[in-house]
Amino acid sequence: MISRREFLQASVAASALYGASGVGNWARLAAQQALTQDQLLQFDTFGNVSLIHITDIHAQLKPIWFREPEINIGVADAKGRPPHVTGADFLKMFNLKPGSPEAYALTYEDFVALGKTYGRMGGMDRVATVVKAIRADRPEAIILDGGDTWQGSITSLLTKGQDMVNVMNQLGVEAMTSHWEWTYGTERVKEIVDGLPFPFLGQNIFDKEWDEPAFDPYTWFERGGVKIAVIGQAFPYMPIANPGWMFPEYSFGIRDERMQEMVDEVRADGADLVVVLSHNGFDVDHKMAGKVKGIDVILTGHTHDAIPEPVLVGETILIASGSHGKFVSRIDLDVRDGKMMGFRHKLIPIFSDVITPDPDMAALIETERAPFKDQLEEVIGKTESLLYRRGNVNGSWDDLICDAMLAERDAEIVMSPGVRWGASVMPGEDITREDIHNVTSMTYPACYRTEMTGEYLKTVLEDVADNLFNPDPYYQQGGDMVRVGGMGFAIDVSKPMGSRISDMTFLKTNEPIDPARTYTVAGWASVNEGTEGPPIWDLVEAYFRKQGNISLDPNTSVKVTGA
Amino acid sequence: MILSRREALVLALGTVAAAAIPLPALASVDEAIAAFTGGAEIGTGPGVTLTAPEIAENGNTVPIAVDAPGASAILILATGNPTPAVATFKFGELAGSQMASTRIRLSKTQEVVAIAKLADGSFVRASSEVKVTIGGCGG
Repeated sequence: MISRREFLQASVAASALYGASGVGNWARLAAQQALTQDQLLQFDTFGNVSLIHITDIHAQLKPIWFREPEINIGVADAKGRPPHVTGADFLKMFNLKPGSPEAYALTYEDFVALGKTYGRMGGMDRVATVVKAIRADRPEAIILDGGDTWQGSITSLLTKGQDMVNVMNQLGVEAMTSHWEWTYGTERVKEIVDGLPFPFLGQNIFDKEWDEPAFDPYTWFERGGVKIAVIGQAFPYMPIANPGWMFPEYSFGIRDERMQEMVDEVRADGADLVVVLSHNGFDVDHKMAGKVKGIDVILTGHTHDAIPEPVLVGETILIASGSHGKFVSRIDLDVRDGKMMGFRHKLIPIFSDVITPDPDMAALIETERAPFKDQLEEVIGKTESLLYRRGNVNGSWDDLICDAMLAERDAEIVMSPGVRWGASVMPGEDITREDIHNVTSMTYPACYRTEMTGEYLKTVLEDVADNLFNPDPYYQQGGDMVRVGGMGFAIDVSKPMGSRISDMTFLKTNEPIDPARTYTVAGWASVNEGTEGPPIWDLVEAYFRKQGNISLDPNTSVKVTGA
Repeated sequence: MILSRREALVLALGTVAAAAIPLPALASVDEAIAAFTGGAEIGTGPGVTLTAPEIAENGNTVPIAVDAPGASAILILATGNPTPAVATFKFGELAGSQMASTRIRLSKTQEVVAIAKLADGSFVRASSEVKVTIGGCGG
């Protein structure tokens, strides 16, 4: 008799084997000029339930460049564990070949050169093709959206998320959870949710005044003879990481004790399969999977990780489906007698030059973009350097934004938020207004100018560093380190809060930052109500117009140790 | 008599307020604990559950809840506050349950402690680290 655990482990082995045959030969196929849509979609249908997971699209309707992080440090238990493995180590861990399509899709190395071979990724019309193909194979496949869908582009900002709502409705999404959605404010969220043909889930969203649940915690599906409960988990730190004054009625938090209650409740109501659609971030979900009993699948989101195999915690599988429409996950499950007996998984990379756009979705996207076409396509400048954002401490896009703030706001030190969204731009490409908005688009873009003492600057850096490197994932908020211009520093990620940051240097004079001195500081994306200043995209645009052609030196102002 | 929900809550709050007896300001956490337990040993096993957020959404009003079935009293301390004593909830024999929730102010990141005096006179302790952050750069 085989135990459930052995079954799962056998399935993991089978899944890995499957990966080796189905995913691992893209490189050979590409060499034969035979990387085809059929190969990308090839999947031996398994079990009786299929889930389709897409998350953190950040309003990217069209194919984009997206460079994965070079530095993604895990601390404590997460050290050396996916997703905290990058570059060559990642290739080795998953037995992928350098220079292969999967190396291009999943890692940062040779990004520019490989981009020329393999092209842009994503595009919701390609995603629609993939979803339709899966549904042709398994008509009852459930499509789940992990949130961070309505924000991140100029069109989503100008339509207050409506373009994405229309696209996701046409895609056939059946449940979603949320994060940046809330930055349109309570009223707009409610207006959209009232019109959604599917539930907007969040077991951890509470009415602040009454301290009681404010949104549906879960929803039911009956597919392939299986009773499936999908529980939603919104981003836990909404009012801390984003402006709480925009949605003052609600409180969030991890609330894993309620998650356990919900799992127990749906199990008692006959759920054969329990799926959590989460925006916790990968490490938070990893910890939650170990604490909350009875979850079969966690569809993770928020931290933008793309992991080619499920990660197993006890008997729970964690699926990480990347971001920006770059990947879609298909998870086939064998559910019998109220138990998940096995699974098969594929992280499908959306190579935009290989997958044919779905004509209906392509038409809808054009309709959504048409009113803004001139604004979107206006060329503002050009870059000689690769512009990207992801990485724990800096990215070239942020270096450029910091340079723009230093120049345009006459500041001594500048700070740019460590958000993880934002498409890349290849060297030699024109910069359009759309490109600038892809890394700045938000409802609180004001670039403030203020004064801070050296001591306060250290407090800020320590505070943000602890959000990223606290050894307990439940204290991590899932962003990257705040980006700093005009000041260098060293960070030892292994130290406790208050002693990670050292060697703060004022780059203008190369002198140590004086704790008692007051510095002129500019920054954007403040969570404080009433922040004043021009929108950040106007500053970046003005900077481009003056500079014309941007060329950046590698940023060496942050020294990282303790990893 | 039909009570509206708000009226029922107001009544319930009244009961809790009557039961929450403010401690005299004590110099230290240890002294407050000693005053509550009379120096008795404190266990860490099950018996008392403290529910608090990992990161406070607003340090000025942090929701916490304590639950200790059968307890006669629960002491709550905010160990990092200038005045650590928050409240002692006392439960009479007719109390339907021994749980309470309130909102407390935390001056900085710190450990919140709950110590319950159980029915058999023994004491158990639960604690939770609550982070008070300046926030603003996540996403």
